[in-house]
Amino acid sequence: MKPLSLGKAGKVFRHAALAATSLFALLPFIWMLSLSIKPAGEIFQADFHLLPSSLAGLDNYRVVFATAPMLRFLFNGVLVCGSIFVLQLMVCIPAAYALAKLRFHGRDALFSTVLVALLIPPQVLSVPHFILLHYTNLLDSYGALILPWIFSAFGVFLLRQFFRTIPDELIQAAQLDGLSEAAIIWRIMIPMSAPAITAFGVFSVVSHWNDLFWPLIALRHMDLATPALGILLFRDDEFGQQFGPLMAATAVIVAPLIAVFLLAQRRFIDGLTVHSIK
Amino acid sequence: MNPRQTLRGWLYSAPSVSMMCLLLFGPLLAVLFISLTDWQLGQDSFSFAGLGNFRALFSDDVFLKSLRNTCIYVVLVVSGTVILGLFVALLLESGDALKGFYRTAHFVPVMAAASAMAIVWGTMLHPTIGLFNRVLHVLGYEGVGWLRDERTALLALVVIGIWQGFGYAMVLFISGLKAIPQSLYDAAQVDGADGVVDRLRVVVLPMMGPVLMFVVIVTAVRAFSVFDTVRVLTAGGPNYSTDVLLYRLYTESFDYLRTGYGAALAVVFLAIVVVLTLAQARAMDKRVHYS
Repeated sequence: MKPLSLGKAGKVFRHAALAATSLFALLPFIWMLSLSIKPAGEIFQADFHLLPSSLAGLDNYRVVFATAPMLRFLFNGVLVCGSIFVLQLMVCIPAAYALAKLRFHGRDALFSTVLVALLIPPQVLSVPHFILLHYTNLLDSYGALILPWIFSAFGVFLLRQFFRTIPDELIQAAQLDGLSEAAIIWRIMIPMSAPAITAFGVFSVVSHWNDLFWPLIALRHMDLATPALGILLFRDDEFGQQFGPLMAATAVIVAPLIAVFLLAQRRFIDGLTVHSIK
Repeated sequence: MNPRQTLRGWLYSAPSVSMMCLLLFGPLLAVLFISLTDWQLGQDSFSFAGLGNFRALFSDDVFLKSLRNTCIYVVLVVSGTVILGLFVALLLESGDALKGFYRTAHFVPVMAAASAMAIVWGTMLHPTIGLFNRVLHVLGYEGVGWLRDERTALLALVVIGIWQGFGYAMVLFISGLKAIPQSLYDAAQVDGADGVVDRLRVVVLPMMGPVLMFVVIVTAVRAFSVFDTVRVLTAGGPNYSTDVLLYRLYTESFDYLRTGYGAALAVVFLAIVVVLTLAQARAMDKRVHYS
């Protein structure tokens, strides 16, 4: 049901207002793309045009790929975020199943502990994580980027809530059919939880893909850099001083996630807002 | 509760429990402990400083300034984000045309990496060739040194913060609006409250109370965690005018290696986030029980 009943004038206002706010939202992207295809001379021109007068600026993209390990950064992002997510599933799914479907001593206390864990912002733990990795000689490696994140209280919470909605009768029927518990989890619980797992996946991948804080702390070797750190390194490097290539590099960094988002919007929005509905 | 289920329950939970101890609660205790010492990263020994770090923190002008900056930032970003998000959500849900496009357009900023988009904003705020100063020139005004002037730097970051988050708030508000039952609108209509303002006052805003509270807290926690834009654009300057809590934490712990002091900062940050989140949980609880 519509919260506001808009007459004709109202509908025009709606479009005008939403167009304005959409423009605000998209403005940096338009600017970024516009500058990324302009050569330096045009960027510093006195008068401004959205589109470049020639295609000379496309060279910016060539420069970006030639002078910076862009694909490396993106690959690191895929590797790190993918590994984190897979490990999170391996750690969280059994616990979520136990909390949802098994009855055992201390179960409620354990669940309360998970809820408490949800309160802790990750940046608070950065020093101890750094120390831990330093003394195990794992600093400055993919391990350093992945290991602190393999437990996710949010993952356990979300999956437990979802597992609870799966009817016990279904599980009992499977047990009568002779399925082992592992098989039940693998062949029934997980497929039925696809929406929750996807939502969690979106949340996990997006937050780690865009994370600057931890990679900044954990890495010295810049060829392990994930996208959010990579673009910063590019800017501080030689060609990053020029706006054309800099904007082209930024476009390359943000494009993958946005492209996937455009293809699967519903999933993304659900995934990122589910986190808040604790 | 049979003993076999108990064994299986703990067996399945074992990876999570061990990781929780190793990665969460262990480190949490470590932070609390370190905040009471004068340890520097790399040193072999340390001594207890009791609450010395906290006393030093609250008498440090730079820290107090960063705390003040962070609070100003949070208040402005939360207000802007919530108001804009609600405004867009109301309009979006009140019509059918181009709904999908508008929703997508507003959500894209949420997806894009903050550090990358901060760089883009940096060029938009550039004193000579940036978009905003070009517009000002066209209108006949002088350009502003947005990020170089200590009077405007924090405000620039606030605008970026609102830009990053209002699409997120919008989506949360949309799901709240969708949950308002038709019957309430009908009842309001019967009672004569049918104009735009009436409907807002009588149906929408009261029903959105819990969602509003929720969005405020979520946005506030995100805002308190601001780091990327500061690190990328201003490094806390000019003159500490954009120094914020997490940036302080980062520089103290990892640039200056004053780990004990940084841990005290972490404890303060943790306390703020926990208080905010618990306040929201309690408010939600009350709502649920008394509504």
